[in-house]
Amino acid sequence: MHLALKLVAQRLALGLLLLLAVSVLIFAGTQILPGDVAQSILGQSATPEALANLRRDMGLNEPAVSRYFSWLGGALTGDLGTALTSGADISKSIGSRLGNTVFLAGVAAVIAIPLAILLGLLAVRYRERWPDKLISAVTLASISLPEFFIGYVLILIFAVNLGWFPSVATVYDGMGFLDRLSVVILPALTLTMVVLAHMMRMTRAAILNVMQSAYIETAELKGLSGLQVIARHAFPNAIAPIVNVVMLNLAYLVVGVVVVEVVFVYPGMGQYLVDHVSKRDVPVVQACGLIFAAVYIGLNMVADIVSILANPRLRHPK
Amino acid sequence: MSDQLLKVRDLKIGATVYPPGEKPHDIQIVHGVSFDLAPGKVLGLIGESGAGKSTIGLSAMAYGRGGVEITGGEVWVNGRDILQESVKGLRALRGTEVTYVSQSAAASFNPAKKIMDQVTEASVSQGKFSRADAEAKAVELFAKLGLPDPENIGSRYPHQVSGGQLQRCMTALALCPEPDLVVFDEPTTALDVTTQIDVLMAIKEAIRDTGVAALYITHDLAVVAQVSDDIMVLKMGEMVEYGSVDQIINAPQEDYTKALVSVRSIDHEEKTPTDNPMLKVENITARYKGTNFDVLNDVNVELHPGQTLAIVGESGSGKSTLARVITGLLPPRDGRIEFSDRTLSPDLAGRTRDDLRELQMIYQMADVAMNPRQTVGTIIGRPLEFYFGLRGEEKRKRIKELLDEIEMGDGFIDRYPAELSGGQKQRVCIARALAAQPKLIICDEVTSALDPLVADGILKLLLDLQKVENVAYLFITHDLATVRAIADSIAVMYQGRVVRYGSKSEVLSPPFDDYTDLLLSSVPEMKLGWLEEVIANRKMESAGN
Repeated sequence: MHLALKLVAQRLALGLLLLLAVSVLIFAGTQILPGDVAQSILGQSATPEALANLRRDMGLNEPAVSRYFSWLGGALTGDLGTALTSGADISKSIGSRLGNTVFLAGVAAVIAIPLAILLGLLAVRYRERWPDKLISAVTLASISLPEFFIGYVLILIFAVNLGWFPSVATVYDGMGFLDRLSVVILPALTLTMVVLAHMMRMTRAAILNVMQSAYIETAELKGLSGLQVIARHAFPNAIAPIVNVVMLNLAYLVVGVVVVEVVFVYPGMGQYLVDHVSKRDVPVVQACGLIFAAVYIGLNMVADIVSILANPRLRHPK
Repeated sequence: MSDQLLKVRDLKIGATVYPPGEKPHDIQIVHGVSFDLAPGKVLGLIGESGAGKSTIGLSAMAYGRGGVEITGGEVWVNGRDILQESVKGLRALRGTEVTYVSQSAAASFNPAKKIMDQVTEASVSQGKFSRADAEAKAVELFAKLGLPDPENIGSRYPHQVSGGQLQRCMTALALCPEPDLVVFDEPTTALDVTTQIDVLMAIKEAIRDTGVAALYITHDLAVVAQVSDDIMVLKMGEMVEYGSVDQIINAPQEDYTKALVSVRSIDHEEKTPTDNPMLKVENITARYKGTNFDVLNDVNVELHPGQTLAIVGESGSGKSTLARVITGLLPPRDGRIEFSDRTLSPDLAGRTRDDLRELQMIYQMADVAMNPRQTVGTIIGRPLEFYFGLRGEEKRKRIKELLDEIEMGDGFIDRYPAELSGGQKQRVCIARALAAQPKLIICDEVTSALDPLVADGILKLLLDLQKVENVAYLFITHDLATVRAIADSIAVMYQGRVVRYGSKSEVLSPPFDDYTDLLLSSVPEMKLGWLEEVIANRKMESAGN
């Protein structure tokens, strides 16, 4: 079989295996959490009979292994169970929350990734000169500030003083795309400033590393301009490390945005998870954990696959 | 200006260096060099490393590698001083008017792009030819340079062709824009000798057929004698001698040139084998983990105490693998190693400390075989501590003795590797091996990275040490001149097998097997017309068959 295809298939299989292992860990982890769900639902004054009935109804008396498999089977068919606290269908409520989070992450990514790579290319083109130093200083300053601080500063400038965007990112069903966009622009900018520096620095480092190669000298001796050398000869060989850091940051945009969602009161996955952890709503916590794990593993798998496909030695074997 | 294509006047080139522990400072690399090159002529620039020959070659494109800067003088190309050109003017010059062929085509081709795109890029980007014209020209050049399947080889990636083929592609890359001048920077140095001869001929014919002028940079006088009209000998950034090929090779004036011409004339009497060989390699077959072919196939050789066995072969012949098997780094699949009347454990873990001590190794790259953060004293002192438990004054005394033995003196004891020259670094590595008082030292291409004169010094030192210490050498090399200088017996390896084995005089005397014949006849000789002679002989032989 073609070598690259074989490696990609291996990565896919490995990703699925990893996800399965994570699901076991999540399930086991929520089992050893202190406290009893039935007790927390019914409160301290519940009678032992009521507790026993509820446990039986919820299937809590079944052995852990069989509960794991019925949970996993449900998750695979899109049924994540019902929230203990509200009785709502988890799949349904997560669906809209996840949509919101992905939308926010998507907007942030669309701004941040091209910007980071462009800034990285410019930093290489003008390395050790003032544009490089300015880019590094600004991006490093923005990563050093806490996200909630950046969020509030942006709110102060753009929402309070200028009044261009709302300070609270309220979204509702049936909202138009442009309205939605104007609502998430401030949180997206906050996230952009958080992830920009990492991706920019990595792009710069990866390309500078490639710039040491003899084939860059060949390109310069062909009389190509600085940007032609970087874009045609350096960038294609720096894709693998850049994609890796981009995917890592994308994953962060999906699973690590709790603070930003709280600052802007945005109804995303982060807030949803935090709410239900405090209520000991185990099925919701499990569902969120599984989805976050899937996103993380999925994106890193994409990075691996792109790295494989970016390598001409694997793509075109002898 | 006159009818010269390239006119260099009083060229001065400098660089900023950053020595460890010192302030950065400027040094001068080239001290006022002048020469001319007429259209269609080939000038050979020859010298050892540090002579400034590559730096001078690149100045014809007004290019400074790394921190190198042209600090004075004039470089006229086609009647204009390119040192006064704007960045834009230089771009128009580079890649079309003057082009460059580097030593390592494997590193100089972008691994992510097809060969054809890279060969035609300069012509197309600079608007000299349309893409279709450039591609037609490239195919023509591929054919002229003797590449297989010239129509389609351009659609392959660099890793999909061999090293010799890639070096030809690099030549095609340089010739494609129809330049007036090509700078060849050691274009055949990284190739095996049997590949070098074909590439050399291809380059020579391409130069002749296209009428392009060339600067041909190399450290190998025998090679440059085959392709140049004139030769300039350089040393430490200064011109030593400048004349026609005939004059430089047959009637050198300066002592330095004479030394270069007569280099590698060391010869030593071969010793007769003893009754009791010290090392017996018996039926060794080995392969690397995860592969399914044998890198070594039924290898049998013997080595006698105080003698030298040279293992000769080209890259991929398995000669370094044999060293790995003997040292225990790669356990063989089959066969055994007898050493000093005992059988060595196939893997490193099973060997005693005495096994390790008596079998030392010296490597090709002295640079990376030493810890840059340790002083010479620490490096040589380590085996003294490890094997003999020497400490303090006793150890220091022994280190000084060893430094005397390698003809460096105890002034070097507190120096760091970065402060040493290439030859001195290799001497320190030899001292480190000697410190263990070994019976056998495996020398893996120990002179390949050194300049010829320095390499000669190392070989003489090794021969002297052998007399004094009665140590045996297993000498791995691809260089037949080195073999003549040092060997008592020789094993010629080809594709994992020993194809010829015996005393030096037997192996180097006819009748030869096909491979040894090819190998011996491919070594460049310091005489004019050698290349044509060999090629003509080979053509006659193949016609005769």
